Amino acid sequence: MSNTLFDKVWDSHVVRKIEGGPDVFFIDRHFIHEVTSPVAFLGLKSRGLKVLYPERTFATADHNTPTLNQHLPVEDPLSANQLKALEDNSNEYGISHWGLGHQKNGIVHVVGPENGITFPGATIVCGDSHTSTHGAFGAIAFGIGTSEVEMVLSTQCIMQPKPKKMRINVNGQLGKGVTPKDVALYIISKLSTSGATGYFVEYAGDVFENMTMEGRMTVCNLSIEMGARGGMIAPDETTFTYLKDKPLSLKGAEWDKAVAHWKTLKTDAGATFDKELNFSASDIEPMITYGTNPGMGMGISNNIPNAEAVEGGVATYKKSLEYMGYSENDSMIGKKIDYVFLGSCTNGRIEDFRAFASIVKGKKKADNVTAWLVPGSHEVEALIKEEGILDIIHEAGFTLRQPGCSACLAMNDDKIPAGKYAVSTSNRNFEGRQGPGSRTLLASPLVAAAAAVTGVVTDPRELL
Amino acid sequence: MAYDKFNILKSTAVPLPLENVDTDQIIPARFLKATERKGFGDNLFRDWRYNVDNTPKESFVLNNPIYSGKILVGGKNFGSGSSREHAAWAVYDYGFRCVVSSFFADIFRNNCLNVGVLPVQVSAEFSEKIFSAIYDNSNTEIEVNLEKQTITILSTGEQDTFDINSYKKDNMLNGFDDIDYLQSMKGEIETFANDLML
Repeated sequence: MSNTLFDKVWDSHVVRKIEGGPDVFFIDRHFIHEVTSPVAFLGLKSRGLKVLYPERTFATADHNTPTLNQHLPVEDPLSANQLKALEDNSNEYGISHWGLGHQKNGIVHVVGPENGITFPGATIVCGDSHTSTHGAFGAIAFGIGTSEVEMVLSTQCIMQPKPKKMRINVNGQLGKGVTPKDVALYIISKLSTSGATGYFVEYAGDVFENMTMEGRMTVCNLSIEMGARGGMIAPDETTFTYLKDKPLSLKGAEWDKAVAHWKTLKTDAGATFDKELNFSASDIEPMITYGTNPGMGMGISNNIPNAEAVEGGVATYKKSLEYMGYSENDSMIGKKIDYVFLGSCTNGRIEDFRAFASIVKGKKKADNVTAWLVPGSHEVEALIKEEGILDIIHEAGFTLRQPGCSACLAMNDDKIPAGKYAVSTSNRNFEGRQGPGSRTLLASPLVAAAAAVTGVVTDPRELL
Repeated sequence: MAYDKFNILKSTAVPLPLENVDTDQIIPARFLKATERKGFGDNLFRDWRYNVDNTPKESFVLNNPIYSGKILVGGKNFGSGSSREHAAWAVYDYGFRCVVSSFFADIFRNNCLNVGVLPVQVSAEFSEKIFSAIYDNSNTEIEVNLEKQTITILSTGEQDTFDINSYKKDNMLNGFDDIDYLQSMKGEIETFANDLML
């Protein structure tokens, strides 16, 4: 029988099928962070339950951490309290904890893969919707709510109906200045933020086969922004090379045995999907968003569409443009920028900093721009120094902050002020997402870098 | 945590006919710092509901005294974005027991079911009928019958049906949750885990 990659991984993790209900679904790896786990632990305590397999859960603090002076006590008492709760709960239940100041601390979806916690064929969950990132390794990975965090802690299972299957094929050659972020924003702009709701996506085609693991993570990360629970890419030599010798990867004969199994994790010829979409790489430009959801994106050289040309409610669309201070038919090129944010679980990896540096090298930060460059982990931070990227960005007038989710969701002090415009490499441009009243333009690290040195929205291809 | 049983809910409803209402609007991230499940209702739709100086925005529907009730009727693609269960908690804590939309985002729908808020997905046409009925008369009552899986506009008798899987339906009717179920099959889970490669 022909099976999809998704079927192979899903079906091998079903403990019990409930007639007319969800599957009891086993979770191999569970990540927790300070924001969505405290109430789950309270639930455990009130029921008198233990953590069934503490060795399968990994804690890191990231959502609510400062990105400056991490050696000092956290000033906000509520934030400090959450960080302490994560530490105390992890210690009490025997869970590995990479808290603030720990050498391995960083954004959960950055440190998981770079330490080899993520692996092909795994089922991975976290109380964070961008858990879909780990699908880049051929894992089924998705975000869950706090009630489900409690379920995983206490039973290593959740109750989950099996989603439908969608395959998105992108073939051809990507143009100059077109990055994995642009591929994802392009697909989302075609599908809208609800186009893949109810589906689990497999990304296929030579565009993804030729991507690095960092690029694949960026693409899978954004699966949730088209409504999909997650997205995955079949593991291949690129995957195995990335994972080999990572601190927590299998070693020796166990590694060889695992790789032999992982090589079977691909969609068989003849396997069918509930929906299949095809896109051509040559149609994709550097992308930018102009509205208040990630589906409101377009090629950077286009003009903002008319309300009538857009699927969905005209009133919602107009409210969105009004919030952004933009009008239908506006060109985005030349729009003034106040902030640039490079970072997040979407674009906070070494490749993203390399891309940013490739544009700002030998140039100067625009005076009107405040730039926050936030690595996804201490390991990324170390590579930035090692590769000489830090020198390049310093010479261009930028500084580097410390790892964390930062201005992506602005839980800490990294808030874009009301009314200000930020070109952001993160994942959501919702109203107030980056701070009350903030206005976000989602884009790639190249577009962010071009804006950072020119002070306005600029086509990065002109600077490459 | 276990919640109240849900059977038949008869209530007036609050209309919010915007599309793509994301969980950052339902509860902004800066209100996610609690370590207990308390007080989230106060910050439901915080930035739509209050000005920067914390005075209520009169134009927002929750500040309009003519609309109230235990049912929130939203536009298409309600609850998109972040997985924060705090959004469902805020909806519940504010006093809603049911959210109606023509389309829900997956994780929000799941979270609602896990905290005792019933997500009722209706057709786009029926959604329009509900909005019209409420705008015609804000005292219009809506009846949601979980057992029969129906939703009825009581003033006109117009009705639609909705889907819910039988397992979740039983849970809500009885006020059970998934952990009760999972705990009852721990032996089976442990056997399964022992057979796994990694």
